[in-house]
Amino acid sequence: MSGLASASGAPNPWLTAAAWRGLFRDRPMIPLLGLLAVLVVISDLVRPGIVSPEWVSVILRAAVLLAILAGCQTLTMLTGGIDLSVGAVASMSGFVVASFAAGAGTPTGIVVALVAAALAGFVTGIGVGVFRVHPLIMTLGMSFVILGLANVWQLQSVVTSTGVPPAFRWLGSQAFADVVPFSLLVFLPVAGLILVALKLTGYGRLLYAIGDNPVAARLSGARSWQVLVVLYVVSALLAAVAGFLYSGYTNVASVTLVDSAVLPSVAAAVIGGTSILGGRGGYGGTIVGTLILTVISSLLSSLGYPEAVRQILFGTIIVAVAAAYTRVTGEA
Amino acid sequence: MTLITTDLLLEATGISKTYGAVVALRSASLAVRPGEVHALMGANGAGKSTLLKILTGAVRPDEGTITVRGRQRTVHSPAEARRGGIVSVYQEPALIPDLDIRSNLRLTETPVEPFRHWLGELGMEDLDLSSMARRVPLASLRIIDLARALAIEPDVLMLDEITAALPANLTERVLEVVGRQRGGDRSVIFISHRMIEIAAVCDRATVLREGKTVGVVDVTQGSEERIVELMLGQIVEDMAAIAERTAGSPKASGSTPRLTARGLSSGTKLHDVSFDIQPGEVLGVVALEGQGQDELFDILAGSERPAGGELLVDGSPVSFRHPADAIRAGLVYVAADRAEALLMQRSVRENIALPLTTRIRHWGLIDLAAEGHTVQAAVARLQIDARAGGEVRRLSGGNQQKVTIARWVAGGVHTMLCFDPTRGIDIRTKQQIYLLLRDLAEAGAAVLLYTSELKEVQLVCDRAIVIFGGRVVAEIGVADADEPALLRAAYNLRVDAPMPEDVAGEAVAGVVAAAQESTDAGAERGLPVSDG
Amino acid sequence: MSALSGTVDTARARPADALAAWARRNAWDLGLVGFLVGLLVFTKLIQPSYGVPGVQGLAISVLPLALAAVAQAIVVLSGGIDLSLGSMMALVNVVAATQMQGQSEEFGVAVVLGALLLGLALGAVNGSLIVLTRVPDIVVTLAMSFVWAGFALLVLPTPGGGSAKWLPELVTGSLGNEWIPKAAVVLIIVVALIWIPVRRSWLGLSLYAIGSNRLAAFRSGVSVGRTRILAYTLMGLFAALGGLSLTASTGIGIPVPGPYTLLSVAAVVLGGVSLAGGRGSVFGPILGVIILQLIRTDMTFLDVDTNLATVLQGLILIGVVMIGSLVQIRASRA
Repeated sequence: MSGLASASGAPNPWLTAAAWRGLFRDRPMIPLLGLLAVLVVISDLVRPGIVSPEWVSVILRAAVLLAILAGCQTLTMLTGGIDLSVGAVASMSGFVVASFAAGAGTPTGIVVALVAAALAGFVTGIGVGVFRVHPLIMTLGMSFVILGLANVWQLQSVVTSTGVPPAFRWLGSQAFADVVPFSLLVFLPVAGLILVALKLTGYGRLLYAIGDNPVAARLSGARSWQVLVVLYVVSALLAAVAGFLYSGYTNVASVTLVDSAVLPSVAAAVIGGTSILGGRGGYGGTIVGTLILTVISSLLSSLGYPEAVRQILFGTIIVAVAAAYTRVTGEA
Repeated sequence: MTLITTDLLLEATGISKTYGAVVALRSASLAVRPGEVHALMGANGAGKSTLLKILTGAVRPDEGTITVRGRQRTVHSPAEARRGGIVSVYQEPALIPDLDIRSNLRLTETPVEPFRHWLGELGMEDLDLSSMARRVPLASLRIIDLARALAIEPDVLMLDEITAALPANLTERVLEVVGRQRGGDRSVIFISHRMIEIAAVCDRATVLREGKTVGVVDVTQGSEERIVELMLGQIVEDMAAIAERTAGSPKASGSTPRLTARGLSSGTKLHDVSFDIQPGEVLGVVALEGQGQDELFDILAGSERPAGGELLVDGSPVSFRHPADAIRAGLVYVAADRAEALLMQRSVRENIALPLTTRIRHWGLIDLAAEGHTVQAAVARLQIDARAGGEVRRLSGGNQQKVTIARWVAGGVHTMLCFDPTRGIDIRTKQQIYLLLRDLAEAGAAVLLYTSELKEVQLVCDRAIVIFGGRVVAEIGVADADEPALLRAAYNLRVDAPMPEDVAGEAVAGVVAAAQESTDAGAERGLPVSDG
Repeated sequence: MSALSGTVDTARARPADALAAWARRNAWDLGLVGFLVGLLVFTKLIQPSYGVPGVQGLAISVLPLALAAVAQAIVVLSGGIDLSLGSMMALVNVVAATQMQGQSEEFGVAVVLGALLLGLALGAVNGSLIVLTRVPDIVVTLAMSFVWAGFALLVLPTPGGGSAKWLPELVTGSLGNEWIPKAAVVLIIVVALIWIPVRRSWLGLSLYAIGSNRLAAFRSGVSVGRTRILAYTLMGLFAALGGLSLTASTGIGIPVPGPYTLLSVAAVVLGGVSLAGGRGSVFGPILGVIILQLIRTDMTFLDVDTNLATVLQGLILIGVVMIGSLVQIRASRA
């Protein structure tokens, strides 16, 4: 209210709180990119010369992995859901391929992993869409199921020394001329697909519609279970792809490899302006949110701060950004 | 003996409140004297409920002052208002569904014995205090809510449509109890649509129109006319144009009906409902609150499946499992509750285009140019002011309602089901909507229109069916569908039978006389007397 | 008029009816008790040697999770959810372990009290942030799970620290009869001393009220914001107790959050608490925790892969919620 009052009296509308609020509400990308730029500048100030093509490459390699998982969160959060099973699905997929690499071969492994992931997503989608189980609970339960089954698979598979396929290592950790990461080969098409799907397809419209007002969507003829089943299958497939890259990035195949990335993936989507209540947000913001988180991580580790400080700062930023969004959008 | 002056008990001046672009109150004022039952009147959406919420601290006004017994007050919460002696009984009972009645009483720190006493007065002495509020029927919850408010003896008791959805015997008891509140040093603010109740129990009436206080009237013989005049403003002249259109439209012929219902039933709410609508016809549905019209529209819109009966569209039987089936059969639904129909955070364009992408084969890329044309045409046709169209929630209520209709007009209308589409919107928009319905009918569409504003049935509809207790009890042609006739029919009375409100009114009249005596007695002792 | 028959019928209920009504109202808890008894019988059948040590082990292994489930249940009843519970427990755990290491037994008492205060404070911070920023509970507590875990790592970078001797002794062994494990007694006492008085007070009513219908609660005069903060504060207290029980059972501090956040949500759902708030009690979740743990035990007895136990846990969680929501969908249609 004070913002509105000052807006009427101030000589330059661009400097008022209301104007900033409007900017934040209508074009959230601009302040987000501003924040990212500031962080990059700070990085260069505290460690002069650190911002280089190589640094960018390092940032991108880490960010790409998180960005794909954050894509799962963006899509599901737009419908008012969340996908906490991405960690289990991603780890499982990476592990399955690794366990096949020495025997039946990587392509078989990829197919098996994708089919398993799609199946998991399908079950989740049925639970959320048809049985109306809360997505938080459904995906949480599925992550137990997937983790357990992956562990069983680990014990059953005779392959003793599971190795990450070289192709994944190349994709996940190498770069053109040591600058442009190969993982962009996977990420750019994926990101393009998500962006186009959200902005230009009927399916994308339905995701927003279901998240904004499920009753209105139903009354307009949308069968939300169809949308949700497809959504959770897509989310699981994206998670599987992220899992392939993670195993290549770390050169580790473990059934819990990606678990620690689940909460940051939600954080990236939240920072990027996607509302956890649904109906508002987009993937562009999420990508910037991922970059912000990654730059902060790298900044802190370059300063020699322990992991602990990074986590504290992460949490604080999420609350602050989410509070700012609520402030500008939550009026009316 | 201290002499009480005629100072006001409660005074609110210059109250205004906007929700986004929707102006709920512009400049409302209200002055309540001690010992009076004060009616707050106004058409739907005039701002009565908002004013009530402001007085109880549930909503904060943008501007305006509130004084209680001469002292200025800013009330921040219902708890604070309650401590200050202001208590409200809302339209939705404020009982916690998952607590039993006794716990609900503890929560509001209501003494049990007075509560029991008032329950008895209101005719519900049998209530089991250990029943969960969730399991108690709505009508009983309202009585409980009222008894609870009476039990803490507030200075100002506000009743928002307390008699709506109450059966006649309870209505009578409630009015009797309210009438008895007159003459003390406490007051009641009474909101009701039923003029007869106002006449029976109220001393004065404040009339709101479009968020403004337009008059304060002493309730006496014949003051109803004045109140109605204040409430309605220009509506009658503006609407005349529509009535002409209705009268001039070609009447339905003997062709195949667009929509036929045969013996529809649903649980205890709907029994054996049959009717049909011809192409080019606007069929009105008239009913008091909760007579089964909600269920009927839910069935027609595909939200609910009927327990029995059949539906025919253009002569062939249909059965809907989902709203999508109804839409495919050409039955589109316009809801009264815009919060139910709109994607509030999305744009006007996305809202209007929503039905175009619901089927799986339209999940792919959108033809943006074609969609733009369709949306533009619909926006132009309904004259939607889409300047703040980035988010529908920033539009005014009238424009929002137009968006819910535009969504269906965009795809061409076969049969439109309108459930109270003009609830709480301004007169100009109302007129536009009614004209549009006439236009649609002229173009060959069939329209089923439920409206809570009986006056408007005659303006817009070709014919009306009346539903009472889940059954169709009458069918009235447009010529005979004036308000008194519809109201009688809605109460399921013969044309010459007395109105239940008259019965209630008579019952109350005795009480009122008694109250009047005590008021007179009070006057002798120097208590204030209302000029009513 | 028929609208009123419901209340008339139930008027002046006889004792038998009251009992039936009580049973109907607590049907879920009674079902859980029945299931637990069945499970215990089954356990005894497949492992005839299951006895005192088994019960003791069960009680100790259940204690931290049971306290976590109570903590989560309180917040969920009030219509919220706390995803930082596990991190909070870890933080309290390491703070207690570092402070008690090498100190006297008496100082240990002060540390325990301090740890409880810390829990209250952590909970209050969560609640205040949620109320003041108006950001959904799930986002704030997710973010705070990073913050508290970060602090835990700052306090104690690697597992270590110690504990006063009396603390582990408080929860190991039995009291009086060998069938009554101390851990169970501690759990009962703690819940009886803290939760039951709250439940019976006006605060308890308000807590259920804001979970059940926030608008009606507000209109009934409940200060919604304050009650939400108090709910989180109370949760913090139980989280601290859970953290201390970790110190007690391990004797050290571990700065990494255990699986308690997610398991507590699972237990709450299993325990019949509606995730929408307002319905359920803290006893159901405790039973849920015991059942989940006992199933795990049984599966080891049956020589089933423990990983399948994890699968089963997930399936039970999903299954229970599915049945619950199916019942709800049906009820809303009827």
